[in-house]
Amino acid sequence: MSEYVSSVRQPLVKDVGSLGEVTEAIANPLNRKPNIYWYAFFIPAVIALIGGIAATSYQIKTGIGTWGNNNSVGWGFAIVNFVFWVGIGHAGTFISAVLLLFRQKWRNSINRAAETMTIFAVICAGLFPVIHLGRIWFAYWLIPYPTGRHLWVNFNSPLLWDVFAIGTYFTVSLVFWYLGMVPDFGTLRDHTKTFIKKKIYALLSMGWSGSAKHWSRHEAISMVLAGLATPLVLSVHSVVSADFATANVPGWHTTIFPPYFVAGAIFSGFAMVLTLMIIVRKIYNFEKYITLYHFEQMAKIIILTGSLVGLAYTTEFFMAWYSQNPLEQSAFLNRVSGPYAWAYWIMVTCNVITPQLFWFKKIRTSIPLIFILSIFVNIGMWFERFVIVMTLHRAQNPDGFGMYTPTGIEFTEFIGSFGLFLTLFLLFIRFGPYIAISEVKDLTAKKLNEEKGV
Amino acid sequence: MKKLILGVYDDEKTLIKAIKSIRGNEVKLRDVFSPYPVHGLDDAMGLKPSRLPIVAFIAGTIGAASALYFQYWTLVVDWALNIGGKPGFALPSFIIITFETMILSAALTMVGAFFVRSKLFPTFNTDVIHPRATNDQFIIAIDPQKNSVEGDKIKTMLKDNGASDVQDKEVAK
Repeated sequence: MSEYVSSVRQPLVKDVGSLGEVTEAIANPLNRKPNIYWYAFFIPAVIALIGGIAATSYQIKTGIGTWGNNNSVGWGFAIVNFVFWVGIGHAGTFISAVLLLFRQKWRNSINRAAETMTIFAVICAGLFPVIHLGRIWFAYWLIPYPTGRHLWVNFNSPLLWDVFAIGTYFTVSLVFWYLGMVPDFGTLRDHTKTFIKKKIYALLSMGWSGSAKHWSRHEAISMVLAGLATPLVLSVHSVVSADFATANVPGWHTTIFPPYFVAGAIFSGFAMVLTLMIIVRKIYNFEKYITLYHFEQMAKIIILTGSLVGLAYTTEFFMAWYSQNPLEQSAFLNRVSGPYAWAYWIMVTCNVITPQLFWFKKIRTSIPLIFILSIFVNIGMWFERFVIVMTLHRAQNPDGFGMYTPTGIEFTEFIGSFGLFLTLFLLFIRFGPYIAISEVKDLTAKKLNEEKGV
Repeated sequence: MKKLILGVYDDEKTLIKAIKSIRGNEVKLRDVFSPYPVHGLDDAMGLKPSRLPIVAFIAGTIGAASALYFQYWTLVVDWALNIGGKPGFALPSFIIITFETMILSAALTMVGAFFVRSKLFPTFNTDVIHPRATNDQFIIAIDPQKNSVEGDKIKTMLKDNGASDVQDKEVAK
């Protein structure tokens, strides 16, 4: 079964002469000292991480009173950051699983970085609800186990669904990520000269030999894992949205939430993939493997998901009007003109208006502009979650009205989560197979055969 | 110790042709090693499709059934929790955890089965068949003891089908 190659499509790898060149290009930077760009990102990231650890330690020791949460706005930065990071974590599995099922070969050179991003983003996401528990030493109470209290966890609660959904998502993504890396660790093991590195890669490669039987099984289970991960991706953010949608709060209690959240998650995730891939390309000079075509494809997905998010915003307003529910209407009027209206308008600008600029080919093929616009989306999607959570500042009765101002501790923890994320990511691209070597070889071999005309 | 004959090939098209021709001459292959999954290699080698997806199906079914039963048992049988007088067996709100547990058990069991079935375990010392098998070359490994055809004949066969190199290799088992 040979695959049809469209003459309209651009090549997915450029000017690569041989398979060995792919190994060299990807494995050699791991044996060299990183360049100045790597340090330029790594050092601030570690500083932010240390700040985050300090703030979190102080907050755990002192209590949730160090945050700006209050009786009106019981959820603040913690849930905003949680939903933000889970959303970012969606693009990785979307790229690795959904695009694998649809046989979108352009995913091959970006999927590893995207999956890595997923793993680390979900770690950042998971931290926030855990530190929000206050007494985090009782975090294990979330797990249903037989206790002396005889009472079980409440399986009807969306917050418990979250524990299962995020837990499953993290575990399955981790397994998928590792499984894909096993052959690449094998390549690195056979390519690295340093003794210690060789041993570590050998351990991680599980003795991978490249046997045809192993490849055959590897391909079969990758496909099934992709099939399992696809509904999982869609379910995770749906469950996250249920945290809001099952609450009887005007502005939250809507059935549009699950698809709206999933579209937003993929939107923000792709924006983060763009931001990171531009950085990785800069650090390692990977113009051959991560081409403009890749960025263009992702920019197109940004247009689609950005428009879906815009449609969801409009639908919410339409439903508020159409339902004739005064509480719902006041919640949405308050969103556009209340005390947090500035956040709403930042959100609309960054999520609905600026991504539409990608319709212009000049803009979606210009790396600096893609970088700027992708950061706009990141900002916009963070504000989307902020706007949704801030619905709480005008509850149904005036006695419950109250404003929320985040404290320095919350800001430091938020910046610290970026520090954690970037530190982990930069360490990974320093030591791990940050581009799926075997999958890029597959593309390269096809390209070479085409050129030879066989 | 076991002696194997290795045929080293430089690209996938030559490899597939060589495998077809060698198998056509009644020579049994021990294994083929490649740096990436070669399209059509399974057919050329006559490998049966993997049965690991069946493992996933069984594990997923068991996972889903046990998760659903566990939720029923905890909230209806062991400690019936009265939430606003609503029915204890609230099936719709049990679906999510049932679904997540199904995915989790299917994925973990299948991947675990893959490593066990392929005999891939953490090890510091890998018996690498050929230093470039994970880089840019394709290796056909033949066990001469398992074949009625003589070793030298096998070597010529490998060479005639475009092998860039033919080697002897000793492996542990």
